Amino acid sequence: MNHEAILETHEAFGERTLIADPAQIVHLCRYLRHEEKFLRLSAVTAVDWYPAEPRFEVVYHLHSVEKNLRLRVKCRLESAHPEIESVYEVWRAADWYEREVYDMFGIRFLNHPNLVRILMPVDWEGHPLRKDYPVHGYKYSYPEES
Amino acid sequence: MKKIIDEDAVATLAAPVAEPANPAAPRLMTLNMGPQHPSTHGVLRIMLELEGETIRKAAPDIGFLHTGIEKECEQKNWQQVVTLTDRVDYLANLSNNLVYALAVEKLLQIEIPPRAQWMRVMMAEFSRLNSHLVWLGTHALDIGAMSVFFYCFREREDILRILEMFSGQRMMTSYIRIGGLALEPPRGWEKAVGKFIRAFPSKVDEYESLLDANPIWTRRTQGVGYISLEDMLDLGVTGPMIRAAGLKWDIRKSEPYSSYGKFDFEVPTRTENDVYARYRVRLTEMRQSARIITQALEGMPEGAWTADAPHVVLPDREKMKTQMEALIYHFKIVTEGFRVPAGEIYQCIESPRGEIGYYIVSDGTSKPYRVHMRTPSFGNLQALPVLLKDTLIADSIAALGSMDFVLGDTDR
Repeated sequence: MNHEAILETHEAFGERTLIADPAQIVHLCRYLRHEEKFLRLSAVTAVDWYPAEPRFEVVYHLHSVEKNLRLRVKCRLESAHPEIESVYEVWRAADWYEREVYDMFGIRFLNHPNLVRILMPVDWEGHPLRKDYPVHGYKYSYPEES
Repeated sequence: MKKIIDEDAVATLAAPVAEPANPAAPRLMTLNMGPQHPSTHGVLRIMLELEGETIRKAAPDIGFLHTGIEKECEQKNWQQVVTLTDRVDYLANLSNNLVYALAVEKLLQIEIPPRAQWMRVMMAEFSRLNSHLVWLGTHALDIGAMSVFFYCFREREDILRILEMFSGQRMMTSYIRIGGLALEPPRGWEKAVGKFIRAFPSKVDEYESLLDANPIWTRRTQGVGYISLEDMLDLGVTGPMIRAAGLKWDIRKSEPYSSYGKFDFEVPTRTENDVYARYRVRLTEMRQSARIITQALEGMPEGAWTADAPHVVLPDREKMKTQMEALIYHFKIVTEGFRVPAGEIYQCIESPRGEIGYYIVSDGTSKPYRVHMRTPSFGNLQALPVLLKDTLIADSIAALGSMDFVLGDTDR
């Protein structure tokens, strides 16, 4: 696998991980889908490394049924600009997964067709899976709870 | 609490009903289905845009059962998380236990003895049977075949009794733990499992004859709920749905785990790609699961049921009371848990609903840094707008049921 967007490659526990340049993610994904036959996007998720920088890692899990192969692609994002291009046009499966990452981590996916919260209510403030979001005592659903 | 999923659908709702400029243009009606609709099996809301009785657009709205399990996982120590995985997909909790345990064991690099591996396979297949039975019963009930439900729940009760025998719990078993099993298999388990599994194939024949001889069932399922294989792959659909479209892909075969490679079973496929085909695939899967359980029962290896990893697995009560070292390990595991080397892993298995994958990141402490659950219901439900487009509203119930989603699994 050779592509200019790949910054590093490593392998652990029989799994291959690519670290990719976030600016070229769609370009890379299109290549992986059409040339390397990763027809399935299993999941998109993120990891928050607060307070380290770059703070966020967006993680894409790809799968090729034909080759029986899995691949992980990661992009690192600075906390100042948690934004990355959406891969919806490559795999439609990205729709809900990217909305979930936006909901839980506040990472914005540019050119996503419908980037609204998916699991939390639309008027919710904050992004629950961020490490600086407390487990308890931050927000209550009903005023009488506090 | 406002919660809107599809801005277009809402805009249509809010817009004043104007006389169409072209009188021949169809007038659309927006119908809100759920979140408490009986056929959604949980709390799922779907906004349907109807033209007469035909669905032109469907927009599912999820999140009503979101309980923050992934956030909770970051607060518990590694072994405690097992109990949370039970609650993700509450109809196939053992599959969730299994995938989590496999992932963490890979990070810990511990070897699981054959007896525990086979026992896990047997448990995972029981949970597949359990899940498929609940699915078949409720799906048939939705379509109007009432009695199948009672037959399915009769066998499900037997399975729950077996699970209770093993773990002390009927549903939230937490039986598969990191490093092996929670408890030693109980005395007389072979007899209980053997009695059930010898009778079970004839019970599947019973469901089959109840449904296949029913013209209402066949007409309401055949040719209903078509979605192309390309769409399903693109939208992230997995499991029996995709096998009913002719793709022979089962993670138990393609990426064998927990010694599934040693079992002899078939992966059923169909090509019709409709509600009926999905029913046939799941029915055959039940027969294959029974085969796997029979093989596990007959060939169950002897030996330990937990790994030889004293820093992970709680010591025997007997040893703990008599040996200093075992007492120290017990104290360490109970008070602070165990540490897992830093790293990341994506482990997936074939759950009754499809690919369930846990992405786990460890930073070397005694709690997971991040647990992401790639649940099959979330991926499958994403195909709902494509599946329901241009179908009749009466068929939407059959199509919805054939997806076999669990909302707890979707929302986590």
